[in-house]
Amino acid sequence: MKRRFLIILTVLALALSLSGCASPASDSDQRRPTEEILEEMGLDPELFSDYDYGRLYGQEITLNVANWGEYMSINDDEIIDVNEAFEALTGITVNYKTYASNETLYSKLLSGGATYDIVIPSDYMISKMINEGMLEKLDFDNIPNLANIMPSFLNPQYDPENEYSVPYLWGMVCIIYNTTMVDYVPESWSALWDENYAGNILMFNNPRDAFGIAQAYLGYSLNTESHTELDVCASLLREQKEIVQGYVMDEIFDKMEGGSAAIAPYYVGDAVTMCDDNPDLDFVIPKEGTNWFVDAICIPTTADPDNKEAAEMYINFLCEPEIALANCDYVGYSTPVQQAFELLDDDAKSDFRRYPDDEFLRENTEVFVNISDDANAYMQTLWTQLKVDNSNVWFVPIFLVCLIAATVFVNVWRARKKRRDDF
Amino acid sequence: MKAPKSLAIPYAVWVLIFTVVPLGLVVGFAMTDQDGSLTLENIFAMSEYMSVLFRSILFAIIATVICLLIAFPASYIISRASAINQSTLVVLLMVPMWINFLLRTYAWMTLLEQNGLINRLLGLIGLGPYNLINNSGAVILGMVYNYLPFMILPLYSVMVKIDQSIIEAAQDLGSNKLRLVRKVILPLSMPGISTGVIAVFVPSVSTFIISRMLGGGTNDLIGDIIEMQFSGNSYNPHLGSAMALVLMIIVLFMMSLFNQFGSEEDVIL
Repeated sequence: MKRRFLIILTVLALALSLSGCASPASDSDQRRPTEEILEEMGLDPELFSDYDYGRLYGQEITLNVANWGEYMSINDDEIIDVNEAFEALTGITVNYKTYASNETLYSKLLSGGATYDIVIPSDYMISKMINEGMLEKLDFDNIPNLANIMPSFLNPQYDPENEYSVPYLWGMVCIIYNTTMVDYVPESWSALWDENYAGNILMFNNPRDAFGIAQAYLGYSLNTESHTELDVCASLLREQKEIVQGYVMDEIFDKMEGGSAAIAPYYVGDAVTMCDDNPDLDFVIPKEGTNWFVDAICIPTTADPDNKEAAEMYINFLCEPEIALANCDYVGYSTPVQQAFELLDDDAKSDFRRYPDDEFLRENTEVFVNISDDANAYMQTLWTQLKVDNSNVWFVPIFLVCLIAATVFVNVWRARKKRRDDF
Repeated sequence: MKAPKSLAIPYAVWVLIFTVVPLGLVVGFAMTDQDGSLTLENIFAMSEYMSVLFRSILFAIIATVICLLIAFPASYIISRASAINQSTLVVLLMVPMWINFLLRTYAWMTLLEQNGLINRLLGLIGLGPYNLINNSGAVILGMVYNYLPFMILPLYSVMVKIDQSIIEAAQDLGSNKLRLVRKVILPLSMPGISTGVIAVFVPSVSTFIISRMLGGGTNDLIGDIIEMQFSGNSYNPHLGSAMALVLMIIVLFMMSLFNQFGSEEDVIL
């Protein structure tokens, strides 16, 4: 009994001493000056806007952020941790989550399974969400750094009034190829239909991107809703299927870097990463034009209304030049923040494939916007048929024969056993 | 001793929340359309995908049979080994399972690729490269590799209980090896076979990650098509649920067929 009392006392004393240790730290409600925090994080105060990041300090806000996987500079020893810097600067806790596709994010928001204060969907998904009233209008008084965004990214097709989103990162779809396996520079989408590389071609494993390539190749709009045009695309893709090695998404990194495939379409930012890992690889923007994609930061209507100001502060923070630069460095995609672009090294800045001029973007690229449910469903059906119909006509008969054989077998077995039992 | 029924409450609650309610949701989604009104359209739409469904079932059957053919002798050998060897062999069997399923499948990708380890080794002796990945064989290989332990373990645990004296008695009475297996070992290990078959068949028929990674997206199975309804461009949980429901019913039917034939065996004993 005595011993137990002693233990309790010790625990109490420990707890007290611990809380004693902690209290001076949390006592500093007096936030340290911004410059000091920035310098400690290795950021240049000169490059930071004079935005008041301290005004919500000490209110114990937790901000729920959902982003694509590997799409923000965190947990890297060499580049600053963006979320840590934000937490130090504002006293707001960031609860960071990732998702794998626009559609997973959409269904999560729709089912109400998750409350996010910040989401970063792609262009077409943003226009879909705007149409369905799933996004909150932003208060740009809290996001003065919108001024940092390159003018060609303002009032985009997917958010014409620029009310709901602030661009985060962007890129184009390119052709990545292995220079030791492909003898020419595949400047045209036709290279993906080149029978010389049969069995060495990879293709996107999602309908929108795959149809997008067929559409760009044929010169159709990437947002076409015409069933006839979609049919033509589908037959082109079916033709390609004969020589395609596989339909892939993230698996492409292994396959291209390992030299298992010769040529594939993919996103420029990821192509940069693959080329860094395997110098035999190179990529090119096809001359017929391509998809220009933008991922932008939004606040869903299901977000906690009390967190709106903090969320806008976060958006503004992501548009700070050095923060945008860190994200752009980490991810490899292109940044829409003008000052961050200027901080890039000359190689990247002058790389036409990463930073094409405005005219090229206007003339040769198209952004995906949301297409009607009908066209979407039609495209999905065509895609499923394409993926599925190589199924051998023999599958059904073989299966039925097996099933019948199994039934016969069981019955014969039973009959035999019954006979045996009768003896 | 009769266990008090109240002990089952935690499990009953668990089953209710995580099995019965979700199943109800699947049925609910399958029978309704986007506006929430009752419809059978989704079930009918499913007929378009019958060929994929059959292909999945066929692949799963092949994988199950191969697993059984490999596992049966393997478990018999393990169960007849000395106690210390038995535990070593079982641990050796379990070691790969400590590594995550996805990683193991990824490993197969790097092995089978055109520039993968196997083709490089074959290249050293002047063979190949062979097309080992992105075909149905690779998908079935993935299923067999990943689910083989689920067949060996139940078989082993049943076979280890077969008394050596029964086998000796059969041999004394003049049964040859084939007859010994057919008349003694096979019937006695039937419970293990039926558990193992279910444990291999059910995950094989519904897998989508193996077919995506080893089939290269050219050998989609029903699992891929279902997954596409939930996370693909046309978000259609209703059709997805209908597919899952049809798959479940077919699997249930096949299992009951199989079980009937397993339980008959039990009666003989």
